[in-house]
Amino acid sequence: MRFDLTLIQPWINANSRVLDLGCGDGMLLETLSKEKNVSGIGLEIDPDNITLALARGVNVIEHDLNVGLGNFRDDSFDMVVMTLALQTLRYPHLVIDEMLRVGRECIVTFPNFGHWRSRWYLGHRGKMPVSKFLPYTWYDTPNIHFCTVKDFEALCDEKNIRILNSSVIGADNSQSPLANRFPNLLGVTAVYHISK
Amino acid sequence: MTQAPPSTNTADQNSVGIVVPQKLHFDQPLQLACGRALPAHDIVYETYGELNTDKSNGILICHALSGHHHAAGKHSEDDRKTGWWDSCIGPGKPIDTNVFFVLSINNIGGCHGSTGPTSINPDTGKPWGPDFPSLRCRDWVESQHLMMQHFGISQWAAVIGGSLGGMQAMRWALEYPDALRHCIVIASAMKLSAQNIAFNEIARRAITSDANFYEGRYLEHQTLPKQGLALARMVGHITYLSEDGMKQKFGRELKTGNLSLGSGSDTAVEFEVESYLRYQGEAFSGSFDANTYLLMTKALDYYDLAREYNDDPAEAFKHAKCAFMVASFTTDWRFAPARSREIVDALVAANKSVSYTEIEADHGHDAFLIPIPRYMDVFHAYMKRLKQELGHAL
Repeated sequence: MRFDLTLIQPWINANSRVLDLGCGDGMLLETLSKEKNVSGIGLEIDPDNITLALARGVNVIEHDLNVGLGNFRDDSFDMVVMTLALQTLRYPHLVIDEMLRVGRECIVTFPNFGHWRSRWYLGHRGKMPVSKFLPYTWYDTPNIHFCTVKDFEALCDEKNIRILNSSVIGADNSQSPLANRFPNLLGVTAVYHISK
Repeated sequence: MTQAPPSTNTADQNSVGIVVPQKLHFDQPLQLACGRALPAHDIVYETYGELNTDKSNGILICHALSGHHHAAGKHSEDDRKTGWWDSCIGPGKPIDTNVFFVLSINNIGGCHGSTGPTSINPDTGKPWGPDFPSLRCRDWVESQHLMMQHFGISQWAAVIGGSLGGMQAMRWALEYPDALRHCIVIASAMKLSAQNIAFNEIARRAITSDANFYEGRYLEHQTLPKQGLALARMVGHITYLSEDGMKQKFGRELKTGNLSLGSGSDTAVEFEVESYLRYQGEAFSGSFDANTYLLMTKALDYYDLAREYNDDPAEAFKHAKCAFMVASFTTDWRFAPARSREIVDALVAANKSVSYTEIEADHGHDAFLIPIPRYMDVFHAYMKRLKQELGHAL
């Protein structure tokens, strides 16, 4: 399982109700259902992922996050999770508002564009970074809103969003102490647990 | 068991093969929602697959407006047409008859053998005609429940239906919450829109204004309001297709005649689409009963899932205990994706287990009958969990 998905599980309570935005193949919800008796619903737009999630026995609703969450009621979920999808949204800040309206708590993970490799790539080569982790060219990419750890915390500050927990995953795909001392420089993936 | 042994020379290996419809007679009165009762009634049905020993693998198929019991397979070797949902029911198909026991019935009020307006009214010795009691969707659920008891099934693995069939499936979930584990609702709605009711009214007017209608007593006059019924079907048919679908299928192709200037008379000109609609109308008017059509369209119009739950669908669905799968098709404007989304939103608000897909398809409302690859993939994937619940190794 992707490390950010493993990392966030302790923040999700047993028997809770979870909405997973961009649930992919449903792996997280399947695990949470088996191990924590979580009742979950995933939102997904990719047809192949929807079929995979259904076949896993995960409840999935075909839904485009860019239209918002207007059809979900206030505080209807204990936790709203969105992993590695923030950077693909047309209006990421509005979706975060919506997540905090629908869920009592939220978890957001995203690729940290402040990582030294991105800085080095851009600074040294003067071109948009392309890596194994982010393999897209600038003109053909689902990732249209990159941000850094600092950017995300500034947004939280501006919106008075409480950061309950945060962590970064380093280049060695672990929660290394060094990366967590310099998260914006050494964090490849940022992981935030937030609430209103 | 209605199923004959699979025929060896049936070309389709995934077909249920030759099926023989059966008939059951119910002696006890069936109390109807309108306040009247049917003193006794017959149900014509077909079954596919085998009921397992603990009777846990039963699936009920609910048919739509013009549907009937013949959902899969053929009635004879040289039958040109298969059942109306042969694309989805059979060995290895989404509703896998190697695993499930499938019951498909002709609803009361129908005209394919179950008690309906063409049956004899025991009080008069004449066909019921327009005197047949008006029906609601829940009356079908009640009669389907009697069938369930007949087979000794206490819980369906799933109740499945498209369009009006989906409405019955949802009604099952509210009326008999313990009697089903899954409710699969395809191209349906919690109530019809004004536009939908308007189309149904045009269809009804076409029938009732036919000179041969005789206020519904055409059988006593030994005639049929064929023209009216054909017109009703033609209007209906347009609403089941999408504009793009019609464009692809017919375009402006001419069946006969010539529209080039100076070619003489235009009188012989007939567009393909005209010919197609006429054919559909005529075929239908020869095989369907006009009073049944009136009765079915009214049951559709009157259906309102949440009426007795303060018009709050989330409140209604709180009574359900099963898991739901909802599907819609992008070009379906008769039962648009937005109607399915309303069902899904209400189910989420009621804290129910629900999945939803919106299938890209050119076929309009008819798409639910067509084996569109993604539709089949999604259907297979969802049915996998029903198989797992039955303990089937996959």
